[in-house]
Amino acid sequence: MSQPSVISMNEPVHLRAKALDKSYRKGEHKVPVLRGVDVKVNRGEFLSIVGQSGSGKSTLMHLLGLLDVPDVGEVWLEGTRIDNLPERTRDELRNNVFGFVFQFYHLLPELSLLENILSPLMIRYSIWEYLRRKSELKEQAVEIAKQVGLDHRLRHRPSELSGGEMQRAAIARALIARPNVLLADEPTGNLDSRTGGDIMELLHKLNEEQQLTILMVTHDDNIARQAERIVRLSEGRIQSLNEAAQGVA
Amino acid sequence: MYKFLIANRYLRTRLIALASIISVTLGVATMIVVNSVMSGFSSQMKDRIHAILADVMIETTNTDGTPDPRQLMADVERLVGAEVEFMTPTVEIYGMISFDWGGQTVYRPVTLIGIDPNGKNHVSPFAGHMMSRQKIILDDELIRGRLRDPNEPLDWELTDDARATRKDWIEFENFRDQFDNQYGNFESPVSAPPELLSGVEAAPAIEPVSSFSLADPFDDGSSPEIQQVSGSSVDGSQENDSTANGSSANGSSISHERHERLDGTGGIQSFRDPFESTRIAEQINPMDPLPARIYVGAGLVSFPYKDKATGKTKMIYMVKPGQDVTLTTIKTGKPEPASFKATVVDFFKSGMSEYDSNLVFCNLEQLQLARGMLFSPDPSRPNEGLDWRDGAVTSLQLKLKNYNSAGDVVRKLRSGLSPHTGTFQVLTWEQKQGPLLEAVAMESAILNVLLFLIITVAGFGILAIFFMIVVEKTRDIGILKALGASSRGVMFIFLSYGLSLGIVGSGVGVVLGLLFVRYINQVEAFLSWFTGRKVFDETIYYFREIPTLVSPMMVFWVALGAIVIAVLASVLPARRAARLHPVQALRYE
Repeated sequence: MSQPSVISMNEPVHLRAKALDKSYRKGEHKVPVLRGVDVKVNRGEFLSIVGQSGSGKSTLMHLLGLLDVPDVGEVWLEGTRIDNLPERTRDELRNNVFGFVFQFYHLLPELSLLENILSPLMIRYSIWEYLRRKSELKEQAVEIAKQVGLDHRLRHRPSELSGGEMQRAAIARALIARPNVLLADEPTGNLDSRTGGDIMELLHKLNEEQQLTILMVTHDDNIARQAERIVRLSEGRIQSLNEAAQGVA
Repeated sequence: MYKFLIANRYLRTRLIALASIISVTLGVATMIVVNSVMSGFSSQMKDRIHAILADVMIETTNTDGTPDPRQLMADVERLVGAEVEFMTPTVEIYGMISFDWGGQTVYRPVTLIGIDPNGKNHVSPFAGHMMSRQKIILDDELIRGRLRDPNEPLDWELTDDARATRKDWIEFENFRDQFDNQYGNFESPVSAPPELLSGVEAAPAIEPVSSFSLADPFDDGSSPEIQQVSGSSVDGSQENDSTANGSSANGSSISHERHERLDGTGGIQSFRDPFESTRIAEQINPMDPLPARIYVGAGLVSFPYKDKATGKTKMIYMVKPGQDVTLTTIKTGKPEPASFKATVVDFFKSGMSEYDSNLVFCNLEQLQLARGMLFSPDPSRPNEGLDWRDGAVTSLQLKLKNYNSAGDVVRKLRSGLSPHTGTFQVLTWEQKQGPLLEAVAMESAILNVLLFLIITVAGFGILAIFFMIVVEKTRDIGILKALGASSRGVMFIFLSYGLSLGIVGSGVGVVLGLLFVRYINQVEAFLSWFTGRKVFDETIYYFREIPTLVSPMMVFWVALGAIVIAVLASVLPARRAARLHPVQALRYE
């Protein structure tokens, strides 16, 4: 397991947040959410950001995933600043580099499970290219559905699936784009502990087998402790870096 | 790719949006139906107007006309000869028609138009509107087939039917005259004032019984020769009667009464008088029609009659082709009435009630003769060798080679023909019926604006429902953006959604509208049956069926307009969707 750290020594940090400030406007008042947060994420690392509700952990994840723009501070990917890129490029980065998994799964209810899994590729390719490579891409999707254990449910609508199945589908959707970083926002937050455990197991498997960098946000210390490394956020500031993650340490 | 897939799924799962485009559909369908019917009406109306009027008309301001048609035609030839295919003269004058019906005399004001049938045939498709060339259909029942081929050139010949009618009518008139005479005698001489007034008191002994066969030549009263006889007899020369008949016994009051009736009509008789004896020697068959022949507008002599027993409405004709009627008009120069008898050859039904209840077409030379615009070269044969070119005409009708040049022709003629004196008025048929055609065009324009407003209202419906859908789909929009969809892509989803709705809506509307137009008469029949009241009364509109004319361009523009409105209505919601912030959209629960 030492290999990733060797690489990180020679190369720039995989994903890095530099002194991020973000505040939201609520009427007249400015509500600060993040106050100068620095985070480094190494390649192939399973990092969890833990904190209470309102600590700014989701916002941090959104900023890292280019869903939002910081007021102050920078986001760097592989030694390139990415937060100030034009919108088109940011859209493309979101599609190619980041995979998102949300607490409420956020599948598109009108599409079948297979179509939901394929949606990042539909967005990536133009209609002609997509149609040309349709069977190939479909095969990929089926393959990934198999990995998450959903290959028997491909024609179903999300409303016909259980919570665990929906979250697996969301992970499959995130994976099909072959992302460098998987951003998971409370992936188990809406699931019972057993299903949540299954999901965590899946994430671990992906992290280990595919060297996928995973950044997980959670409020649950038990879940957070399953990660390699924990960053604790409180009131918009980093409390402690490198808190022992029991699994690996 | 995702844009089409998602727009397609929204289209299939959001039925409320389909409901919102029903108004687009209905608006499109209504616009197509209304435009088709309006243009059907207006093209029929134009056909009808054009059947009576020529492309361009040159009219004298004065009703006396221009005395030198040769010069006028030469001028026209010189000015615009290259554009003109044919020209024909007419005389137009106000007049009155009178005929007997149901024991009383009916008078109607008319516009008398003297035409040359051959020329008229060349300048406007008038012949096809003759009743003898049309089928008569009442309540889908063929009452009478065509008597003549509709494409036969116009002439003044009677049809066989009209001849038969004429024979019956003359016999009936004879009989009636005799009966009246007998009846009048039995009553008392005092009760028959017309006879006394007209100076027939000079009549010799009355021998009603013997008069049946003998009276015939007098009583037909329809050939001009007889008129002359009658004219002379009233003048007091009783001998003429007897010489003419070679029989002395029949100088009866039958003929006298007849004479007296005919007398009033003999406006052109006076100068013929001296010759009548020779004329009578070469007596023509009394069944032959008079030299003056007319086409009468059907509306002038008919009226709809609803049979209470059957509930069916049929047209009652007070005169039939083959009968004679009296026409009264004015002479040229001085305001003096001129009357003459004419045989009705045919009725015409152009479908324009303005024409059908007003116009009487007469042979040109006879009208000129009656009005004193033309004098016979040989007074002994007043109806032979007549040439309208020697008399005066009031207008020239021109048929152009290409109607598009009409404006140019009119301009040239206006400046070329007596530009300063204003003797002539030059108008195209559209200008002559300008107010009517403009009114129709205006009506159609206003209807189009109103109906398009309806589609616009439907557009606001789409706008509202789209906003609703955007709000409902806020989270999905956030997901798509998180997955890397661009703002333009999201906007495109909703624009193409609107476009598809517009295409579906207006497509269904076009199909509905065209089907409605196609089966409009069946729809009308159903509505009539359903409401128990005739929705489209053919006796009012002169149409058996509702006329429609579908213009592909109109359908195209209506459909395109509706689609554009649907797309425009989706622009605002689509922009709103595109501008949604992904984080806020994802938070939205």
